[in-house]
Amino acid sequence: MSKIRALVGTRKGAFIMTSDGKRQRWDVSGPHFAGWEIYHVKGSPVDPNRLYASQSSGWFGQVIQRSNDGGKTWEAVGNKFVYDGPTGTHLWYDGTPHPWEFKRIWHLEPSLTDPDTVYAGGEDAALFRTTDGGQSWQELPGLRRHESGPQWMPGAGGMGLHTILIDPANPQRMYIAISAAGVFRTDDGGNSWRPMNRGLRSESIPNPTAEVGHCVHRIAMHRSRPGVLFMQKHWDVMRSDNASESWTEVSGNLPTDFGFPIDVHAHEPETIYVVPIKSDSEHYPMDGKLRVYRSRSGGNDWEAFTDGLPQSNCYVNVLREAMCVDSLDPCGVYFGTTGGQVYASADAGDSWTPIVRDLPAVLSVEVQVLP
Amino acid sequence: MIRVELPANLRILAHIRGDVTVEVEGPATQRSVLDALESRYPMLRGTIRDHVTARRRAFIRFYACEQDLSNESPDAPLPEAVASGKEPYLIIGALSGG
Repeated sequence: MSKIRALVGTRKGAFIMTSDGKRQRWDVSGPHFAGWEIYHVKGSPVDPNRLYASQSSGWFGQVIQRSNDGGKTWEAVGNKFVYDGPTGTHLWYDGTPHPWEFKRIWHLEPSLTDPDTVYAGGEDAALFRTTDGGQSWQELPGLRRHESGPQWMPGAGGMGLHTILIDPANPQRMYIAISAAGVFRTDDGGNSWRPMNRGLRSESIPNPTAEVGHCVHRIAMHRSRPGVLFMQKHWDVMRSDNASESWTEVSGNLPTDFGFPIDVHAHEPETIYVVPIKSDSEHYPMDGKLRVYRSRSGGNDWEAFTDGLPQSNCYVNVLREAMCVDSLDPCGVYFGTTGGQVYASADAGDSWTPIVRDLPAVLSVEVQVLP
Repeated sequence: MIRVELPANLRILAHIRGDVTVEVEGPATQRSVLDALESRYPMLRGTIRDHVTARRRAFIRFYACEQDLSNESPDAPLPEAVASGKEPYLIIGALSGG
């Protein structure tokens, strides 16, 4: 029977949770890297025991950890993230130019084909890559040097590059997203980038339909249809059917279209999940009820799922990196909260069970299906 | 032999149990001690000083002999009691945050 391994990053360490394919009983190990912020832990698709973790701290900066045995043991690898050439400036919150300063890695995206190659999304926004298993990192500077770079501005949580999607059908094509610059795409392996934000509308920026400046919270794709993308923007749930050339809103009947994560069912490319959050000034669910919304039509028509989730006095948030799916059948769906719960659904979102209830605030959840 | 005390998080990161001691060639300065420490424990690079500028990270302080050396020149000689191993060189994480 298949085995499931969940990789959970929190404000105070990482936790690894394992279960069999039923996904009912879980063993929890951790905290790993106790006391450190773990923004993200992710495994290589081609070598599931090769894990990478982003470990950071306001005191001690950035550390990257690597495991070759599925998280039993770890070694610190390279943590030298240096912008390539002159750093230039982006806009600060007050609209003044501010030099690029490296703070942390938000997201690690292992290559689809090589366990030693990993892309890393940083704050202040930049894309880095290692080809030696994390020992050394080089910036792909074409993104940061995009002509719009001096106009990028941080979101409230910092100017992080938080999403990296590699096109499984075309390794030269990648999508990234930055808060609050928006979506960018490369078609040449990361050398050059284009902003891909046509159709987005953000009332909080001077030109609501500007080419850059949108606070994109997350984008997701299904492996079988890499030209179809789904987005949770600050406000608005969006989709693109032309590889991000343009976007249309699919918020439909959601009670609020603010939120952070979005993900796609492993076997149904038109089935997507969001967790609506009341507003950008109240980062918690509406009416104290934690509800996952699922659309089986790629958006617009949404259904709430509450079975197993708290339906009173619940005021947690679900952050952008904190939801994922597994590839079993039925598809498993997972999310973590800022209240320290990690919920799992073994029936594609119909019902939910907490794996753990009392972790530090959950920053990220990834899951692996092991042979 | 110079004794160095590290914050708990860095001791764990570097898999250090017990005392940390380093040997430096030439004058014992903050720079030579930190260079020796990072050479022996490469995983500490970037966690105390910036990789490129070698400047102290903002929430790290350096103490010795009841003095705050954080803003002293990194090339100034350390107190004799530190250089001789009688007193430790303290690397401190500031009391802040949550």
